[in-house]
Amino acid sequence: MADVTFTVDGKKLTAPAGTLLIDACRKAGIEIPAFCYYPGLSLQAACRMCVVRQEKVPKLQTACTTQVAEGQVFITESPEIAEARKGTIELLLGNHPLDCPVCDAGGECELQDMTFKYGAGESLYAEAKQHREEQQWSPAVFYDRPRCILCYRCTRMCGEGMDVWALGVQSRGVRSVITPNGGDRLDCEQCGMCIDVCPVGALTSGSYRYKTRPWEMKHVSTVCTHCADGCRVTLGVRQIDGDAVIIRSDNRDKGGINGDFLCAKGRFGFDFVESRERLSTPMVRNAAGKLEPATWAQALAAAASKLKEIRETRGGASIGVIGSNRTTNEENYLLQKFARTVLHTNNIDHARSTDYAAFARALAGHKDKTASLRDIAAAPAILLVGGNPTEEHPLLAWILRTNVRLNKARLYIANSQSIKLERQAKAVQGLPPNGYKDLTSILDRNDSDFAKAVMAEESLVVIFGSDFRGQGVEDLVAWGLKRGPNPDSVRFAIVGDHSNSRGAADMGLFPDLLPGYVPVTEPGAFAEYPGLPAAPGKTLPEMFAAAGKGDLGALLVVGANPVGKQGMDAAALKNTFVVVQDLFLTETAALADAVFPAASLYEKAGTVTSTYGDLQLVKKAADRAGVKPDFEILVRLAEEMGADVKALVPFGKGGVSADLGQSRGAQAGEADRHAVWLAAQGLEPRLSPLDPLAVLDEIERLVPGYTLDRINLLSGNDVRTELGAAQGRSASSSDGAGLIVPAHDSLFTSATLGRYSFALKDLERHQTQAVTESAAD
Amino acid sequence: MSSETMSIFSPRLAARFDALVAKYPVKRSALVPMLLYAQDEIGYLSDAVIAEVAERIGITELDVRNVATYYSMLRFKPAGKYNIQVCTNISCMLRGGYDILDRFQKELGVGHKGITSDGVFSLEEVECIGACCWAPAIQVNYDFHDELKPELVPGILEGYRAKAGFPGDGSTSLGRKAEGKAPHA
Ligand code: SF4
Ligand code: SF4
Ligand code: SF4
Ligand code: FES
Ligand code: FES
Repeated sequence: MADVTFTVDGKKLTAPAGTLLIDACRKAGIEIPAFCYYPGLSLQAACRMCVVRQEKVPKLQTACTTQVAEGQVFITESPEIAEARKGTIELLLGNHPLDCPVCDAGGECELQDMTFKYGAGESLYAEAKQHREEQQWSPAVFYDRPRCILCYRCTRMCGEGMDVWALGVQSRGVRSVITPNGGDRLDCEQCGMCIDVCPVGALTSGSYRYKTRPWEMKHVSTVCTHCADGCRVTLGVRQIDGDAVIIRSDNRDKGGINGDFLCAKGRFGFDFVESRERLSTPMVRNAAGKLEPATWAQALAAAASKLKEIRETRGGASIGVIGSNRTTNEENYLLQKFARTVLHTNNIDHARSTDYAAFARALAGHKDKTASLRDIAAAPAILLVGGNPTEEHPLLAWILRTNVRLNKARLYIANSQSIKLERQAKAVQGLPPNGYKDLTSILDRNDSDFAKAVMAEESLVVIFGSDFRGQGVEDLVAWGLKRGPNPDSVRFAIVGDHSNSRGAADMGLFPDLLPGYVPVTEPGAFAEYPGLPAAPGKTLPEMFAAAGKGDLGALLVVGANPVGKQGMDAAALKNTFVVVQDLFLTETAALADAVFPAASLYEKAGTVTSTYGDLQLVKKAADRAGVKPDFEILVRLAEEMGADVKALVPFGKGGVSADLGQSRGAQAGEADRHAVWLAAQGLEPRLSPLDPLAVLDEIERLVPGYTLDRINLLSGNDVRTELGAAQGRSASSSDGAGLIVPAHDSLFTSATLGRYSFALKDLERHQTQAVTESAAD
Repeated sequence: MSSETMSIFSPRLAARFDALVAKYPVKRSALVPMLLYAQDEIGYLSDAVIAEVAERIGITELDVRNVATYYSMLRFKPAGKYNIQVCTNISCMLRGGYDILDRFQKELGVGHKGITSDGVFSLEEVECIGACCWAPAIQVNYDFHDELKPELVPGILEGYRAKAGFPGDGSTSLGRKAEGKAPHA
């Protein structure tokens, strides 16, 4: 809409006509207090805190509902306004208990802040306060009735934001209370969004309540470790007994594409970190065949000497490596480099949850065709094929709902089952369970309402997941690419499962693909890897098959549990020397000959890539005695094996050395390509072999598509990576479609981590009970 | 929903609801009248009433409760067969409304929101019932009694007791039942 000019407190402001005054003011740095107004939710005008004086209007107006128009004149602070706001606060405090000293919200409470500012310290109201007991609605959500100021943020957040509608307002007058759908219990998605938006301490969180005062925590902004959507989380950390312990998780600074959104896993599922079953000391199998605690030095020596011996006696091809979906990009990169240049094997794989390799193959040579989550959030039309984001990708579901609600985006759903997001859909196409391959022809026939609507869209984001694999991905993408070369005519997003599944694939945890989906057989820039084996290696099941036949001398497993999760045969490993780095003694770790206790994503630094290709910085929040990041374990292992650590991690002056004999090309005759690249990027050499950023530098230098916007990245924003960058290469020879095993995690499960989260198990139990109870009715 | 087979309401009321939900641009506009009629027939808004009303309108039970709890004339527990509402708002108060209320309490042995043990009467103190010109006034179910004096109270109760089919000594068959004894035991 056209811009209009109006005056606020004597300042001329300009904003599009129809903008809410409160938003226009906030943008201009004029703060207007508000309890009920919450950006993105419907208007309530229930609290009267935002009142302002508008010229020529007899009564004070609510800034949260006033739309700006040409020539208006407003005053936002005056004795009259202060008096009105003070009166409002006084009424709110009439029944509000003054238990701020023990209230969770104390120090972060909007009512406290407003009382401080407008000073309704005394009350004219002399009656006894109406007290009512606090209620527990679920393991996650508690409600303290007298503290509630009835701003309706929670009911709107749950209804409009989450599309759950589990909260209502009952009774009236001073008796009004917020009520959950189950009468005294809450049957919902347990996201905790209601707690997050509550301006006071009326809704409190089961995991955080009465644990600490907000100012006693250190707040670290990092990335959620649970699903592949890449929510930023702010972890509140406190020193307890020498460890830095996570007390709370929210997204306090609203940084990241998720804004204030977190699902139950991101908000409550951090407690696996503190699980009593966390490994905290290395273990080595003794002569009697039992795992016993060892020092780091002993365990590193045991693992390194054996790996070295096997490499030397039986060759690198008799060693296998399995990487993780949850470790950082730097760790994944380092792991494959360690495998290829120190162990001399291409036998490296990971548990694949979706077919990123096929996606890269399909997009090879087509730049700007992937959709970041920000693209999805702003897309006018989205075709969602398969999957159930509400359960498996809560942030994606939130982004889609928000885009439909606030921007009137058109969502089209093709699915073999009925999913909750259909409520937001413009059109739905049912498909038989194995009918996804027919979708493109249904669309091309253009004879159903669904097809006509989709085909009429000028700009479309196509989102799909593990329902498409191998050729299926290629066909779908090829169909989409026919829509034309304009980048916005079509963009694609592929959804995989875990927090760095995309990073595991992008960083080359494949037997046939190097980082950036570069084939091992045509290594290009990776030719600088010393001793890179030329032939593709074994896939995960092939490694186990080889082990079963006695052909796998050693297996290094980092943050994965192929025996427990991929159903691999434990007996196959009986003649294999197994080294495991993990948080817990998983089924696989229990079979190992050496076990290293690893740090979780919340205990280390690096980067991860969301399934949409958005790369974000991970910061160390918690600290736990005894564990080490996988990065460090790998570097130490390499060092112990006598490898040239400098060649592995380019640190110090002069990093990796390239061949001096090169006579052509930009870097002809350069002794150290990495140093040249660093200098060209204006970067300093890294000082420590344990600095993940040293590897990030190398990733950026060598991996196609990982040209990063560093300024943005380091200031905490998500930056894009480019999947179509594997220019024109036939990105892969093998068809990995058969290796895809989706995790199908739900709202309260998170693969191995979920098993050790008491909070998530508790929520799942609560919700299962809610379901059985209503079924019994 | 096929109202004949599944409804907890009488066929007549079910048919009335079918017509009511079709009457407004949005179905939920029918909510308040439906609740009132349902209460008249069933006696109160039981969980089953709320569930069926929610289903008929296509909203959640929580939505129904959000609205229903707002209205003091809608109740969630059974009342007596005759619900006596005594007005003590300003006109009635000035003309002796509290004396009327006191007398009812004494006669029935129950207070505000109480039910007699035989289930025949319940008592409520209410705000203005719109009969100020003839204050003090009471409302018994949908009937009004006005220009009252305390001494008229026993007669009013007697009348309703007779209508309920019970003698006035309280030892009614329903009363006995309520005490757990069968009438012919
Ligand atoms: S936890 Fe989430 S789904 Fe449950 S009531 Fe709160 S906002 Fe609604
Ligand atoms: S519980 Fe909190 S968010 Fe909900 S209405 Fe009360 S004060 Fe507002
Ligand atoms: S949506 Fe995914 S990334 Fe976001 S909080 Fe939930 S589990 Fe974590
Ligand atoms: S913020 Fe405007 S009335 Fe509450
Ligand atoms: S005051 Fe009693 S009927 Fe109006």
